[in-house]
Amino acid sequence: MEIFDGLLHGFSVALTPGNLLWCFVGCFLGTVVGVLPGLGPAATIAMLLPLTFQMPPTSAMIMLAGIYYGAKYGGSTTAILLNVPGESASVVTCIDGYQMARRGRAGAALGIAAIASFIAGSVGVIALMLVAPPLAKLALSFSSPEYFALMVLGLAMVVLLAGTSLVKALLAMLLGLWIASIGTDEFTAVSRFTFGNSQLLDGIDFVIVAIGVFAVGEVIANMERREGAEVLPVPKGLRNLLPTWEELKACRFAFLNGSVIGFLIGILPGAGSTIASFISYGVEKAFSKHPEKFGTGVPEGVAAPEGANNSETGGALVPMLTLGIPGSSTTAILLAALVLWGLKPGPLMIQDNPSLFWGLVASMYVGNVMLLILNIPLIPLFAQILRLPVYLLYPFILGISMVGVYSVSGSLFDMWMLAAFSLLGYLMRRLDYPAAPLILGLVLGDSMERALRQSLMMSQGDLAILVSRPISAVMLCLAALVLLLPLFRQANAWRVKAIEENG
Amino acid sequence: MRSADIWSGAVLAALGSYVVAEAMHWEYLGADGPGPGFFPFWYGAALIALALGLVVAAFMKGRAGEGGKPVQWNEVGRALAVCGAFAISAALLHALGFLLSFALLTAFIVCVMYGRPLKTGIAAGVLGAAAFYVVFPVALEVSLPVGMLGF
Repeated sequence: MEIFDGLLHGFSVALTPGNLLWCFVGCFLGTVVGVLPGLGPAATIAMLLPLTFQMPPTSAMIMLAGIYYGAKYGGSTTAILLNVPGESASVVTCIDGYQMARRGRAGAALGIAAIASFIAGSVGVIALMLVAPPLAKLALSFSSPEYFALMVLGLAMVVLLAGTSLVKALLAMLLGLWIASIGTDEFTAVSRFTFGNSQLLDGIDFVIVAIGVFAVGEVIANMERREGAEVLPVPKGLRNLLPTWEELKACRFAFLNGSVIGFLIGILPGAGSTIASFISYGVEKAFSKHPEKFGTGVPEGVAAPEGANNSETGGALVPMLTLGIPGSSTTAILLAALVLWGLKPGPLMIQDNPSLFWGLVASMYVGNVMLLILNIPLIPLFAQILRLPVYLLYPFILGISMVGVYSVSGSLFDMWMLAAFSLLGYLMRRLDYPAAPLILGLVLGDSMERALRQSLMMSQGDLAILVSRPISAVMLCLAALVLLLPLFRQANAWRVKAIEENG
Repeated sequence: MRSADIWSGAVLAALGSYVVAEAMHWEYLGADGPGPGFFPFWYGAALIALALGLVVAAFMKGRAGEGGKPVQWNEVGRALAVCGAFAISAALLHALGFLLSFALLTAFIVCVMYGRPLKTGIAAGVLGAAAFYVVFPVALEVSLPVGMLGF
């Protein structure tokens, strides 16, 4: 009943003309950035974040979340027509989606992607609505040691799943912790790592790092090559964009599989929509009556990953809104946005800000309907965006990034910082250091240090407090296991190699 | 990638040493619990250990004859050129203001990076700057950096 009342209240917030407009703007922008290869939702949200400071937080959150899940819809367009994922979560969609397009079924593939996204996206929102309130109640019993352990576990998961090299992911996370430490220590007012520069006393604004590493760094990396890819044509007319009844029937289990796997993977910190779509595709193939046809252009191969990457959004918002722990770079930026607006994400979020939480949930139902309406008839229009010359698009992104950073502080020093973090973002891509652990380290750095120091104050400096409380002990053990698992695997690989070499 | 790992590992190990050295100047553990040096000391130490681990692993791969992908220096050069142009336009904001700096950056990208005609670059720069002016200061009332020329 509590949930039903909350949802009714949420619809009363989400259906106001202003919030409907912002929801539409978010969904539209999300679809556009999803279509554009090389510009993801994290970069877009980071760029637009400073411009939302004058908006009511609920409206701003509705718009930014719209960009987040809207990008998942748009990502499939590029994957199917260009064989290039519009965003990382659409990598798997390329496999069968592009093959369908080459066989002249581009319209059907795009239609299936939109329908799967709608069904799974809606299931994800329902699950978010049902899971978040009880989880928040459970988290009310958490104290500093549990929070510290939870953050360690979250970072460990992100590090494990962020890239091919565990060491590089850990180094990126530690770099994020260091950037978070720059400025004045909130407990003792000691200035740390400021290089004698008074402009660093307040620390480095999260927005500068996020825009530099994600938006500008990404644009610089994309400009390494001059040439673009060839776009396959999209059939005109709504009829050509609708899949056949047989294709829809073939996808019925894929819709369910994508919805469930996407949400469950979404809750895990670090797993993200790319992993959700890979697992969902793998499960669909494993249980298919014709697994050998996967990769040749089967509709289930589009429906399962597209569903999973949309349902994942609902799952990813659960730990962010109820525990204040983001699981990916996009949710880390959304978390930072809530903090910048003066809100406190965590167990009391739903209780203290019911309009924001339930308004956001209700707006996601509305947004999913908007996206279905936008995506089926307007796909040919969105596909035209792919023909936009990149030499006009990239300066536009750089300009928005500069305005975004300048509007936060009005300081030219921050523009220099932006240039420095853009170079860092480019180098990280070039040297295969994942960006997500850096952003999460930065977002969680202060809270993690605070939780650790408060825990040790509670115990007069005895570290045993972290392992003597059951919940924190379990979470720290899991974190250790998560980090040690690849080492065991590596050691075993060496052992096997040594045995083979010795005959 | 092997030599890149060695260099990036060395830089991060140096950063870790700096973090630890700085942290040792601050209180580690006081009467009220951990001081400002406690947390940086430990993540700084972890930074050194992991960065050295990366360097050693890269050396071992090199001895085992595992080469990485060859670096495409022309691609790196293009990226660094954009990065440099972006930094210069940030530096010019104080003197030229946002609109002029942005127009120059756009013209550079259009003409130099993508080899389009100069008139296309100038048109893109001027129209782009005008669009930013209409959207931000006029429509959204968000101020842009103003230069010595007054715009």
